[in-house]
Amino acid sequence: MELINKIPDGPLDQKWTKYKNTARLVNPANKRNIDVIVVGTGLAGASAAASLAEMGYKVKALCFQDSPRRAHSIAAQGGINAAKNYMNDGDSTYRLFYDTIKGGDYRAREANVYRLAEVSANIIDQCVAQGVPFARDYGGLLDNRSFGGTQVSRTFYAKGQTGQQLLLGAYSALSRQVGKGNVTMLNRHEMLDVVVIDGKARGIIARNLVTGAIERHSAHAVVLCTGGYGNVFFLSTNAMGSNVTAAWRAHKRGALMANPCFTQIHPTCIPVSGDHQSKLTLMSESLRNDGRIWVPKFKEDAEAIRAKKLKPTDLAEDRRDYYLERRYPAFGNLVPRDVASRAAKERCDAGFGVNATGEAVYLDFASSFERYGKQQATVKGLHNATHDEIIAMGKKVVEQKYGNLFQMYEQIVAENPYETPMMIYPAVHYTMGGLWVDYELMTTIKGCYACGEANFSDHGANRLGASALMQGLADGYFVLPYTIGNYLADEISTGKISTDAPEFVAAEDNVRKQIESLFNNNGTVPVDHFHRKLGKIIWDYCGMARSEEGLKFAISEIQKIREDFFKNVRIPGVQNGMNPELEKAMRVADFIDLGELMCKDALERNESCGGHFREEYQTEEGEALRVDDVYNYVAAWEFTGNPSAPILNKEPLVYDNIKVQSRSYK
Amino acid sequence: MTTLKYNHVVINNNMENGMNLTLKVWRQANAEAQGQMTEYKLGNVSPDMSFLEMMDVLNDELIRKGEDPVTFDHDCREGICGMCSMFINGEAHGPNRGVTTCQLHMRSFKDGDTIYIEPWRSAGFPVVKDLMVDRSAFDRIQQAGGFVSVNTSGRTLDANAIPVPKADADKAFDAATCIGCGACVASCPNGSAMLFVGAKVSQFALLPQGHPERFDRVENMVKQMDEEGFGNCSNIGACEVQCPKSISIENIARMNREYMAANLKG
Repeated sequence: MELINKIPDGPLDQKWTKYKNTARLVNPANKRNIDVIVVGTGLAGASAAASLAEMGYKVKALCFQDSPRRAHSIAAQGGINAAKNYMNDGDSTYRLFYDTIKGGDYRAREANVYRLAEVSANIIDQCVAQGVPFARDYGGLLDNRSFGGTQVSRTFYAKGQTGQQLLLGAYSALSRQVGKGNVTMLNRHEMLDVVVIDGKARGIIARNLVTGAIERHSAHAVVLCTGGYGNVFFLSTNAMGSNVTAAWRAHKRGALMANPCFTQIHPTCIPVSGDHQSKLTLMSESLRNDGRIWVPKFKEDAEAIRAKKLKPTDLAEDRRDYYLERRYPAFGNLVPRDVASRAAKERCDAGFGVNATGEAVYLDFASSFERYGKQQATVKGLHNATHDEIIAMGKKVVEQKYGNLFQMYEQIVAENPYETPMMIYPAVHYTMGGLWVDYELMTTIKGCYACGEANFSDHGANRLGASALMQGLADGYFVLPYTIGNYLADEISTGKISTDAPEFVAAEDNVRKQIESLFNNNGTVPVDHFHRKLGKIIWDYCGMARSEEGLKFAISEIQKIREDFFKNVRIPGVQNGMNPELEKAMRVADFIDLGELMCKDALERNESCGGHFREEYQTEEGEALRVDDVYNYVAAWEFTGNPSAPILNKEPLVYDNIKVQSRSYK
Repeated sequence: MTTLKYNHVVINNNMENGMNLTLKVWRQANAEAQGQMTEYKLGNVSPDMSFLEMMDVLNDELIRKGEDPVTFDHDCREGICGMCSMFINGEAHGPNRGVTTCQLHMRSFKDGDTIYIEPWRSAGFPVVKDLMVDRSAFDRIQQAGGFVSVNTSGRTLDANAIPVPKADADKAFDAATCIGCGACVASCPNGSAMLFVGAKVSQFALLPQGHPERFDRVENMVKQMDEEGFGNCSNIGACEVQCPKSISIENIARMNREYMAANLKG
C-alpha cells in the first residue's frame, strides 16, 4: 500500500498556515446535513465532538463509561505543555518542537510535531477561557513547572489533577453542545465495527451495554478518539476499561496500525504488591522536580533494606547512589521517561532494588523539605529556626504542590511518604504507536480519523511528560476541525446514509456471530485469566527490554493463548443485557491479536530507540543504539485476515529542519 | 500460597494473613426486577487488596462456579474517574474518609467481618443492575448550565490577560475537584444533589470567566436538579463527610447566595 502523508510543501513554520488557507470549507447550511460520529470522550474526543458540533455538524458521540466525564484522560496528573514562554526562560515554538522530536528519539514526523507546538499556546488560552482552574502565583497569573526531557518550565498544571480539570473543561464544552441538541450523546455504548462502503467509512456498529442491543449508526465521517492500548499488558496505569477494540476493528477494516511496539513504561509508579493486583498507579512525573531517585550504593545495604533490617532514612548519604544524577548530570532526575525507566530496571536487575520483590527504587523528598524550609524561613524572617521547624515548613510547601499525590501513595502503600522515601518502579503508561494517520489525521480508511493517543503521529518512540494532554486537545480543538472539512466538502450532496445498506447488515451479522461464538464454546475459565497471562508474556518479552529470542518465544506463546482463549473462556450471564464479562472478552480477543503484532513489530525493528530497547542494540554504556540508515521509518502494518501474517508498509521519515543525532542527556 | 513470576522475580503472596469475610451483597437483575441481599463467604483475602480487587476475587469464584458475577461500576481504580460507587456498611465508599471505593483497602477490615454492600440508593439514581446505578441525571444538570459559553476556536484572550487572585483560583479549584460520583446524593437523607451542583456553580462563580452567565447558570442548573427528583438541602452535612474529595458545604451556601441574587435580579 502506498502511504501518502499529505504533508504540505513549503517551509516548516508555514505549512499549517498554508494548509488552513487552502483547505476546502463546508458552508453552514451544508454542515447541518452532515453527520459525524466521534467514538470516545477523553480530551481528544470531547474536544473534537464539542468543536465539530459548534461548527454546525450533526455529531453523535459514544463512550463506554456511564458519563463522558469519566474517560481516562481524567487521571492524567502532572500537566500540559505549551510554548507560552511565560517564564522567560528561552522557550519558543521551535524549542517545544525540537524537544518533542528529540524526546521521541527521532521517530516522529517533523510537520505534525511542529503544528502541535504551534497550536499549543492556544490550548491554554482556550482552557482558561472555559474556566479551567490552573495553578496561579500570588500575582494572579499562571504558574509553570518543569518536566522530563526539557530545560525550560513550560508545563501548566492544576495540582496533581491537570487531566481532570482539562477533561472537565472539554466535558463542559461538550455538555453545552448536548444541551443545545447539537450532539447526541450515547453513554454506555461500545463501538464494535466500522462500516466501510465503497472504500469510505460510513458508520459503525455499536453495542448498547445496558440492553445488549446491537445498533447501526451511519455518518459521513467517523472519528476514533479511543485512547491507547496499554491494557494489553493487563497491569498498567490505564483504566480497567481502556481498550484497543475500536482501533483494532478499524484496523481489521483497512486502517493501518503504526509502530505498535512503541510503548511507554513510566518510571514513577507504585510497585506491584501481589498477584491480586488489578492495576498500577502512577505517581506524577512532576515529582521528579523535587524528588531525588536513589538506591543503596552497596549490595549489603540493599539486602538489609529488603530484609527490613535497615531503614532508608538511616542510610548515610555516601552510601546512596543517586544514579540518574550520576549518569546524566545535565538532566539529572529529569531525564525522559524511557531513560529513567531503563536506569531503574538496570539497578534493580543488578540487585540494588529496595522492596521485598527487589523491584523498587526510592524517590526521596528529604532534600526538598530542607531547601523549601530554608526558603520559607528566609521569607518569614525566622533566622533562628531549628532544623525540625525548617523541615516542617518545607513539608508544607511540598504538600501544597503534591499533597494529593502523597495522600494517594499513603492510601495504597500504607507508608507515610513525608517520613520515609516513596518506593517506585516503572509501569506501562502510554502507547506512542496507534492508527496510522496522515497530516489531516485521516487513517487509511477514507473518512475515518484518529485523534489523541489512538493515533501514532506526534511522539515518535517516546513521549515527553505533559505532552499527551497537549496532543489530545490540539487534535480535537484545533487540528481535526480544519482538516475534516477538506474531506466533508465532497459529501455535501451525499444526503443521509441509510443503515439498511448490505455492508451494515454484514457488519452487524459479524458482530452477532462473534458474540454467539463466545457464549457457545462451553468454556470454564474467566476472561481475566487469559488477560493476565497475555499481559505477563508481553511485559516479560516486549516490555522495557526486548530480544530476538524473547520476541519469537512471545509470539508462539500468544498464539497458544489465542487458541486456549476461544476454546476455554467462559462468559456468564446474558447476551441481551448488561454483561461486563462479555465486554471484557471482546476486548481481550483484540488485545491478543494486537499483542502478537506488537511483538512482530518489535522483532522487525533491529535497533533500539526510545521506549523500544532491543538488548542486542545498545552502546557500551547501555544507552539505546539507533540504526538510522535502515530504520528511519514508520512501520505501518496492514491486516490480511490472518492476525499472524500482517504486511509491513513503510513511511520514510524525512528530517529537513532538525539534524538527526544520538540523543544525549548527559 | 500462590506465586506470580513477574519479570524474573517471584512474588510470594503469603496468605497466612488472609482474612475470611462474609459479604452481604445487593443483587438485582435489572432496573425492573426485585432485588435482595445475597450472602457470600470469601476466604484468603489479602489486606493489601483494594476493595474492588476483593470484588474481583469474588467474581472470579462465581464465574468458575457458573454463577452470575456481581455487576458494579469501576474504571480508573485510582480515585479520580468517579465511576465506582457502593454503599459499604451503610457508608458511601466505605468507612474511610477522603477516598473512593477503589482506594479503600482491605486492611481497613478485619478477619471475620461481615460486610454489607449496596448500591447508591436515591430516586435520582435508579439501579441498572446489582450495584450499578444510572447517574445520567448529573450529566443533564451539567448540560443545563455547567459551562462557560465560549466557542472552541482558541481565538480568545491570552491566558494571562485574565488574572485571577490566587485565593479565588484555589477555592475554584477545590470546588472543581468534584468527581461526580454521587456519594453526596447517596449519603443525604433527602437525596439532595446540592453539593454536586453547588461545587460546579461555585467553580464558575469564583472565576471572572464565569461571571457573565452566573445568574442564568445557577437558575438553569437548579431547575434541572429539581426536575431530576433530587431533594433539598436541610444542612445535615453528611455529603461533606462522605465526599471522597472532601468538598465543603460552603459551596452549597455559595450556590444559595448565587440563586438568591439571581432571583432578586429577576
